[in-house]
Amino acid sequence: MCLAIPGKLLKINEKEMGIVDLGGVKKEISLAFLPAAKEGDWIIIHTGFGLEIISEKDALETIELLQQAYSK
Amino acid sequence: MRMKEFQDTSLIRQVTSSIHQAAEKLNGKPVKFMEVCGSHTMAIGHWGIRKLIPETIKLISGPGCPVCVTPSSVIDELIRLKGVTIATFGDLLRVPGSLGNLEEARARGARVETIYSPLEALKLAEKEETILVGIGFETTIPGIAHTILEAQRRKLKYFSVFCLAKLIPPALEALLRDDQAAINGFILPGHVSVIIGLKAYTFLSERFRIGGVVTGFEPLDILLGILRLLEQLPNPEIINEYSRVVKPQGNEEAQKMIKKVFGVSPALWRGLGWLPDSGLVIRGEYEEYDAQKRYNLRVRETEPHPECLCGEMLRGRIKATDCPLFAKTCTPVHPVGPCMVSSEGSCAAHYKYER
Repeated sequence: MCLAIPGKLLKINEKEMGIVDLGGVKKEISLAFLPAAKEGDWIIIHTGFGLEIISEKDALETIELLQQAYSK
Repeated sequence: MRMKEFQDTSLIRQVTSSIHQAAEKLNGKPVKFMEVCGSHTMAIGHWGIRKLIPETIKLISGPGCPVCVTPSSVIDELIRLKGVTIATFGDLLRVPGSLGNLEEARARGARVETIYSPLEALKLAEKEETILVGIGFETTIPGIAHTILEAQRRKLKYFSVFCLAKLIPPALEALLRDDQAAINGFILPGHVSVIIGLKAYTFLSERFRIGGVVTGFEPLDILLGILRLLEQLPNPEIINEYSRVVKPQGNEEAQKMIKKVFGVSPALWRGLGWLPDSGLVIRGEYEEYDAQKRYNLRVRETEPHPECLCGEMLRGRIKATDCPLFAKTCTPVHPVGPCMVSSEGSCAAHYKYER
């Protein structure tokens, strides 16, 4: 039940709400827990609430570290 | 951002080979890792992870499916209510109570609405007396807290929440106090950890000498989790392998929201009984939204089916095939116990992927 899915934040509306793109479907979500979210951010979403901004940098870093570890 | 890299087959092969090497160093000694979260149970089945790792590494499911650990008496209490719209996540619809399930109650005329977000319950409450069934762990709880504050802001009179929220760390502590579980490490829930961060788990390594890895839901995430757990067996610690989503401190805004609306309380877990400090109650300032007070709802223990072993499953003592009912009397179409009812329950996952 704790499934959360990534979506791209297209637009921030008034009152802590935003529109996200979930694989082509546009949906309104609450940004109440993400005061720092900006349009264009990828966000992890659960039951209509943004829970965290996904860091693409951290994702790529994890993969790069692994690739380095296995290229030795 | 599709993050296909976390499904990369050559990295998966390399990490799998490291897992086999690490397991060989244990000289055939079996180890047992528990995945706490129902979504991990599903991902392990979906990606066929058990077939990739040595047989000496046992992956067992824990109490991380909110539907599975909700006592069935809750369903009876909801069905008993008359003239109230029940707003619930779809997961709860088919959980059997002694008077049938909510889906059947709806067919008999009860007002049961399936919602995706708790905020949808507020729309219903503008027109009619509505009760939101507040099941969930730390992932879901902030949204329920925000919904209560929003009801207050909108001065809604017909809205309340049946708070059945549960907290993961106290359940893990209860499992470790149970000697029969003999757990060597935890695959910690990714999206609970988004909210609570890593500090909430440090007691595992500091007090119980058991390590944990917070990880994601792609095959590489799960395999890395298993590898890290093997590597750190001599020196257990709490590691974050899901740093692209989970921050060490968690989401502090969401934590503040939980604290503002809820206080900690004991909670009744199906299979585990009453556990101290493992649940939440709505604080006095918001008691007009507390459905338990408004409708005098009670949560009590109920007798399970005499042969159902869900209680043992949720403690990590057995696997699905050890239950005499599994895939015979108890199937996804006619579930007997909660671990088969929920699509994320460990029996349902085993039935779907590994039978």
